[in-house]
Amino acid sequence: MTIMESALKPEAAVYTAVVPAGEPWLHEVRAGQVMRIVDLKGNQAVDTLFYNADDYGDRYSAQDTIREQRSIYLTTGTKLMSTRGNVLLTIVADTCGRHDTLGGACAQESNMVRYAIEKRHMHACRNSFLKGALEWAGRGGQRLEKRDITSNINFFMNVPVTPKGELTFEDGISDAGKYVELEAEVDVVAVISNCPQLNNPCNAYDPTPIQVLIWDRS
Amino acid sequence: MAKVFWEETVQGGATWSHVLKRRTALRMTDTKGGANIGMLLYNADNLTERYNMADTLKAQHIARFTKHDVLMSDMGRVLCSITEDTCGWHDPLGGVSNAGQVRARYGEASYQEHRNACLKNGLDSFLVEMGKYGLGWRDLMPNVNWFSKVAVRGDGSMGFVLDNSMAGDYVELRAEMNTLIVLHTCPHPMDPAHKFAPKPVQLSIRHAAPVEVDDACKIACEENTRAFTLTERYFL
Repeated sequence: MTIMESALKPEAAVYTAVVPAGEPWLHEVRAGQVMRIVDLKGNQAVDTLFYNADDYGDRYSAQDTIREQRSIYLTTGTKLMSTRGNVLLTIVADTCGRHDTLGGACAQESNMVRYAIEKRHMHACRNSFLKGALEWAGRGGQRLEKRDITSNINFFMNVPVTPKGELTFEDGISDAGKYVELEAEVDVVAVISNCPQLNNPCNAYDPTPIQVLIWDRS
Repeated sequence: MAKVFWEETVQGGATWSHVLKRRTALRMTDTKGGANIGMLLYNADNLTERYNMADTLKAQHIARFTKHDVLMSDMGRVLCSITEDTCGWHDPLGGVSNAGQVRARYGEASYQEHRNACLKNGLDSFLVEMGKYGLGWRDLMPNVNWFSKVAVRGDGSMGFVLDNSMAGDYVELRAEMNTLIVLHTCPHPMDPAHKFAPKPVQLSIRHAAPVEVDDACKIACEENTRAFTLTERYFL
């Protein structure tokens, strides 16, 4: 657990937005800019993907990231690695302590498997990713599609692995107002689904809004 | 004994691919001990559907693979079931080596000088074999490493475990869908060995008996049963 606070002031941010639960959010973060994600109400899952803005084929890689730092948890100092072996962003502040990248994003299809086939109608992150991709193309962004949805980060989620090889979803260690901050090493496209999950106790069955802020290089 | 359609040896540091048909099985044998097989899996009838590490692990609450676990796609279906395993632990976390890592660990050895004993890395191996099916960088997903073990300690740190697989160990995948298998036999990216010594594996393609209602993989947990139901519906 590495708690690191940030000196950046919200009033100096060049961009700020509140993202309600169940909504996608896509934005370019340029090299040197710092992006903060705030868990406004506590224990909200923020499903996040990153792409090299110059080449969407060079994207966040969960396996490369955890292997290179030899730890499954993401926290201050973690370099978010890409499939091509580049560092896309570095976590520079974190008041939560650790974040998950093994649990993936919820989908209608995985909800059917995990909870009940009758849950198919319920809103899910991978639908938000696809909806966000359509909106992104409408705003002039490069095309993103299903095959671009790789294993994501779940900011503020707690998914431990035991020495016996079990994967467990534990109660959250986040709280209202906790945040994580990332500095972009190259120009990246950040893709967030603020998770709508209603079947999982990890968010107390209550998905809540988050805030995103961006600062220019100081 | 299940009918064996054919057997072949894949040398260390090589690639291989095959569309494993529904109701056939692939047995992989570590003939020398210490092998590693990096693998990606796709629905051969719709390549946008593919093995999904997170969906597979969270449905079964696992961070390693062994007998009676299944490999799920992002569409809630079972691509392959693990029907046999004498090894006990296969790695879903460690990923794949790349050219820079291989150069840093093992040095240089070109094809011009070393012919087929030249150095290879898992990432380029995947991309070349995937390219034969029109797949590229954007289709590169988290992979499985058969016969390798990465243990996670209580603090989240990851360590490669030596001597996980012995000579003669085997693991068998039964295809529940027509599954494009893409594999390489390069060393695991966390293997600490300083000498590049990728091990060969033997593959055999076999007939698989129909999946019964009480199939051990299907009833291993409720999540697996639902994934089998969704898979059966796909073929109706």
